[in-house]
Amino acid sequence: MEQIVTKEQSKSADESVLNLFWAVLKRDLMLAYRKKSDLFNPLIFFLMVATLFPLGVSPEPDFLAEVAPGVVWVAALLATLLSMDSLFRSDFEDGTLEQTLLSPQPLFIVVLAKVLAHWMMSGLPLTLLAPLLGVMLFLPAEGMSGLMMSLLLGTPTLSLIGAIGAALTVGLRKGGVLISLLVLPLYIPVLIFGTSAVQAAVTGLPLAGFFALLGAMLALGFVMAPLAISAALRISVSG
Amino acid sequence: MSTSLVQVENLFCERDERVLFEDLSFTASAGEVIQVEGQNGSGKTTLLRILSGLSNNFEGDIFWKGQPVADVRDDFFRELLYFGHHPGVKAVLTPEENLQWYAAMHPGVDGGLINGALDKVGLCGYEDSPCHTLSAGQNRRVSLARLYLSHAKLWILDEPFTAIDKKGVAEKEQLMLDHADRGGCVIFTTHHELAIGENIRRLNLDELAGT
Repeated sequence: MEQIVTKEQSKSADESVLNLFWAVLKRDLMLAYRKKSDLFNPLIFFLMVATLFPLGVSPEPDFLAEVAPGVVWVAALLATLLSMDSLFRSDFEDGTLEQTLLSPQPLFIVVLAKVLAHWMMSGLPLTLLAPLLGVMLFLPAEGMSGLMMSLLLGTPTLSLIGAIGAALTVGLRKGGVLISLLVLPLYIPVLIFGTSAVQAAVTGLPLAGFFALLGAMLALGFVMAPLAISAALRISVSG
Repeated sequence: MSTSLVQVENLFCERDERVLFEDLSFTASAGEVIQVEGQNGSGKTTLLRILSGLSNNFEGDIFWKGQPVADVRDDFFRELLYFGHHPGVKAVLTPEENLQWYAAMHPGVDGGLINGALDKVGLCGYEDSPCHTLSAGQNRRVSLARLYLSHAKLWILDEPFTAIDKKGVAEKEQLMLDHADRGGCVIFTTHHELAIGENIRRLNLDELAGT
């Protein structure tokens, strides 16, 4: 009997956590949808880099094909970084972050939902747009699947890591530069394995190893980053 | 009868090498309305942020229903309603959406009462207007609507009457007294002259700190 009760209780607790996750996700997506400039900024930046790069360096197809994985990945990384600062800033400024921290609900879930919403507004569209950039930079067709897959696995990690930096700097008036300094070193492994995966795809080497590494980083970030983000938010608001 | 909800012992807080208060001890019991007084910069907001658990920048002990607040944080948050300097209202969301989000974050809040609460704070007809189209006072009213929704025992209100009109202030004063009668506790700050002056306890930070 007792066990049944606890099972039911845990079921309702699971449901409330799920409801919370959806509520936060829905709210953040709605906010992004109503403030469309934030939505398009990283995408336009991403597109600009790929457009200007051949003009600035060399329009030679052979050369571009060679550098395409790196250019697309660096552009995606910087576009994510660019959008990171706004993740908690508006919540901090209008006081909703305080209300979030004073909620009895698990902050881990709230943070995870916010990061997921952020990724759906930055990393996901970047991934979907990447093949276009690949074509613009003469990336061979064999590399496309590698590019998409590596971005799909890599950009959530970028969002998770970036959110730690955003949470740490949200209390500072000018956090933009600091965020880059804090976060960029942590982005480097993702960048290395991401571009390597695309290069391997182009040359026809097996990709499983790269995806496994990117997936492992994502799994680690998924579990650890929300804890760090929660702690960082408490420190930032407390200050 | 009156049970102690919040107990503060030997609270010490320093900011920019200036002592805001030291050896501050007091008890807030069920049924009490406490006004924290003091000049600008005397640490009223800091004290309320410490009490609500937002700030850790202090020394001393705070107990919630007899237990250290750090040990019972979830229970404490469940019974707390905090109204800060920033109203906690998203400008691009409508009043209704703002309160729905609040209800999702706080399981003790009944989402079904939202329309009634907006009605009570005089925002009937504004449910679907984004908050950035509303006035400053109306934005604060959106946040104050939480007072009608929440089942929280302890209300910590930092300048709740700023930008609120006279009629609104009178209503909120009555609401605070009713809450105390129901066994709740209100700790608040304000620079307004209150009509309910004789029914509230005052905690003057200038006197306490001016040693």
